[in-house]
Parts: sequence; C-alpha cells; structure tokens
Amino acid sequence: MPIKEDSHIFEKHQQRLKREKRVVMGWQVFILVGFFGLWELASRENWIDPLLFSSPSKVYNLLIQKFSDGSMISHTFVTLFETLLGFIIGTLLGIVLASLLWSSSRFSKIADPYLVILNAMPKVALGPIIIVALGPGYISIIAMGAIISVIITTIVVYTGFREVDPNYEKVLLSFGATRWQCFKSAVFPANLPVMISTLKVNVGLSWVGVIVGEFLVSKEGLGYLIVYGFQVFDFSLVMSALILIAIFAAIMYKVVERLEKWLIKHTT
Amino acid sequence: MSFLTLENVTHHYFTKNNYTKALEDISFSIKEGEFVSLLGPSGCGKSTILSIVSGIMKHTSGKVLLENKPITESELAIGYMLQQDYLFPWKTILDNVLLGPIIQDNVDSDRINKAKELLQEVGLKDVEDKYPSALSGGMRQRVALVRTLITDPKILLLDEPFSALDYQTKLKLEDLVFKLLHAYQKTAILVTHDIGEAIAMSDRIILMSANPGSIAKIFEVPIELRNEMPFLARRHPKYQSLFDKVWEELNKNEPQTV
Repeated sequence: MPIKEDSHIFEKHQQRLKREKRVVMGWQVFILVGFFGLWELASRENWIDPLLFSSPSKVYNLLIQKFSDGSMISHTFVTLFETLLGFIIGTLLGIVLASLLWSSSRFSKIADPYLVILNAMPKVALGPIIIVALGPGYISIIAMGAIISVIITTIVVYTGFREVDPNYEKVLLSFGATRWQCFKSAVFPANLPVMISTLKVNVGLSWVGVIVGEFLVSKEGLGYLIVYGFQVFDFSLVMSALILIAIFAAIMYKVVERLEKWLIKHTT
Repeated sequence: MSFLTLENVTHHYFTKNNYTKALEDISFSIKEGEFVSLLGPSGCGKSTILSIVSGIMKHTSGKVLLENKPITESELAIGYMLQQDYLFPWKTILDNVLLGPIIQDNVDSDRINKAKELLQEVGLKDVEDKYPSALSGGMRQRVALVRTLITDPKILLLDEPFSALDYQTKLKLEDLVFKLLHAYQKTAILVTHDIGEAIAMSDRIILMSANPGSIAKIFEVPIELRNEMPFLARRHPKYQSLFDKVWEELNKNEPQTV
C-alpha cells in the first residue's frame, strides 16, 4: 500500500512543521516576557534608575489610569487619525505625481533634479516651515506625515511605470489605443503590486512624520506625550506612549499586509 | 492591384552619440490575400518593417501605402502578433480577446459571441473565464491569435509568433494559422528566421541581409507548396530544393564567421 505509506510521510512532515512553529513561538514569547521581567526586576533592585527608566508595572498602572479617565484615548485617537490621513494622502499624491511624470516625458526630465534633491533631503527638517505655513495644528502634522512618504512613493511608482514591458503597449497601440488607454489598461494595472508594496513602507514613514510633527507642535497626541513626559521627567508616560505607538504601528502594518494579500488575489 | 506597397523606405535608429541605418531603400508590394515572409538573420530590420507598417514607428524616408493611401491616413484595422503572447495576466481570457474591441469601444453581444466562436475554432473550449496563467504556452499563443483576429484586420503582421514555442506546438500552430488565414482570406506578413517555416507557410519569401537592412532576393514559392498545409509542405519534393536555394543565398550574404 504505497498510498498509505506516502500519507504517513506527509503527516510526519506536517508534524515537523508544527513543532518548528511552536519552537519559534516559544522563543518569541520568552523574549517578550524576559524583556519585561528583566526590566521590572532591574527597576525594583535599582540596577537601573527607576526614576529614569520607569518599570512595566508603573507603565501598566499609568495606562489603566489614563485610559479610564479618558485622556489617553483622545491622545491615541488624534495620533491615529493624523497618521492614517498622512499615510493615505502621501501615498495617493505620490501615485498621482508618478502618473503625471509618466504622462509627459518632458515634465519628468524637468522635474528630475528637483525630485533627487527633495528625496535626498530629510523631510522632517521642513517641519518648522510647514508649521509656520499651515499653523500649529493637526493640518501641519498630517502634512508632515504625508510629505515624508510622497517623494519616495513618486519615485518608486514612476520607476515601476517605466519598467512595464513595452510590448504590452505595442499590443494596445496596434489596436489604435491612445496614450491614456495604454496607461489605464496596461501601465497602471501592471504596477498594482509595486504600489501595494510602497504602502507597507509608507506606514512606517507616516508614523515618523506624525510623531516628529507632534514633537514640534506639542499640543496633543502620543508624540506630544513623549515630549511632555520628557520635560516633566515622567518616564512612565514616555514609555506608555512608546508602547502604544508600537502596538498601533504593528496593527496598521498587519492591516496593510492583509490588504496587500487581498488586492493581489483580486487583481492578478 | 497591390494592397500594401513600400517604396524606398529607409529607417534610422538614433542613440545619444550615434545612429544606425536599420533599413535602406526597401521596396516591395503585396497583393490582397497574399502571405509573404520576411526572412533574414537577426538585426536585419525585419521587425522594424512590421513596426513601420503597423504605424507604431515612423520611418525616416520613403512611402508606405495601404490601398494606395499613406499608412498614417489609413483606417484599416491591422492585426499584430508578437513573439510572445503578451496576454494581460490580470484579465480573463475573454477580456484579453476583447482587448481590441474594448479599446475601440465597440463591444457588443455579437463580438462576445464571435470571440467565443473563434476560441472554439482554435481548439480552446471553456477557457473564457480562466486567467492566462492557467494556460500552456501554445494555448496562450492561440488566444493571442484570436485577439488579433477579433477586430477583423485586413492585414496581419506576424512577428516570429512561433519562435518561443516548443517544436511540436510550433508545427501545430503553423497549420492552424495557415488554415485560418486562408479561410478568412487575410493578407499577412510573417517575420521569421526559420527557413522551413517561411517556405512551408508563405507564397513569397523576401530574403533580407543586414547592415544596413536591405532586400537581398525575393523567392517565389512553387504553387504546389503554397496550397499544401505547412506540415505537409515540408515533405514535398520541391521543398528541399527551395530550402537549398535560400540556404545558399543566406550564406552568400553572411560573412564566414562560423
């Protein structure tokens, strides 16, 4: 009975995979627990200055307290809102700009040196100018979140547009397609995977832009809590803001990853 | 009356620091319903001629006339088949086939039915809703053939459409294309570097030489071979003698490097 034998080997293979997964999970949990445990211990035994480095239990208590009085919820909400909007605006604007560059080769030649400079420039350095121009409010912060990802999106997507096999265009041209039709039916859809992969990069970038924006504007949000906690020497506050940022950035990344899988499944 | 005429067509390719003459003084004409092959070594400008005839590329000098009108003014549909199928991977087979009608904005139920009929005719059943990745190379090239025929082109430009296929599939597709083009009485230009393919499929062979691309000699394929299916034509006694003549001529033009 070779079939039964084969299925037996397959079962063994599956068991091996499962065991491997459990080992990896085990290590991951161990590192997490170990980190927080060591931090707590070090803080209690005064190996590190508890005033400077706080401790997990203090951070936990602070989070519970701030969430129950509602103040943390509003800060978290503001930051999430700014990051999401900055991320969406930056990505869409980048794709629109890339499309414009593709539509006119003269425009793209003219824009080339400026794109290089803008790309090389650290965008957060523009923060003060943006705040002066748009006012010290959430609009400036959203602009920071968007501006940090827009140029790199433009460059990556435009490069993708240009790398589409010209033979697809040749097929379309032989049917008398216009340039716009070529873009719509070949160049743009062929680049969906590239655009989706820029989404993942932009999630991280938007967080950087928004947090720096909140540092500068210093009114509300998780970035403001970090700066404020630093100024009043409340490092439990700094740490709790950091932990919230880590959690929400990870969630956003996972959501984009899901979106990527779904889009690739439904567009290719 | 000639259907397609090229008169003293010359074409240059420009690069930043240099230019090359891809075609020099190309003149020939094709009658309606005729099947002509452009045969020659790589780099002799065969494909450039197709790009010019299709209107995708503009020649530097000379005249290209389709039914006595300059190619740029002609409204006649042209079918272009490339070396690979270039089916759009994100579109279903039916949407791929209807690409031309979609571009020209004349999709109706008649077209859709015609697309399905043509797919059946090339031996593809129940594939309309599949994606190109589910099909083999030969099947995909058949879909590309249907995509080319759906707009009912008056002239077909075949740019080495069989060169990327395995030998067996290639022979079968040659027969299929031959049968279809004769059934619908299409005019066709086939670009190839396969001497056997050129002899088996065409009425006339235009032999080209490279540097710059020009016409070396024109061979008439004997009437006995013209009427045979490509697969059978290869067995015909006259096939070998024409093959030898073309071979000799090709070698004459080629510097002895091998």
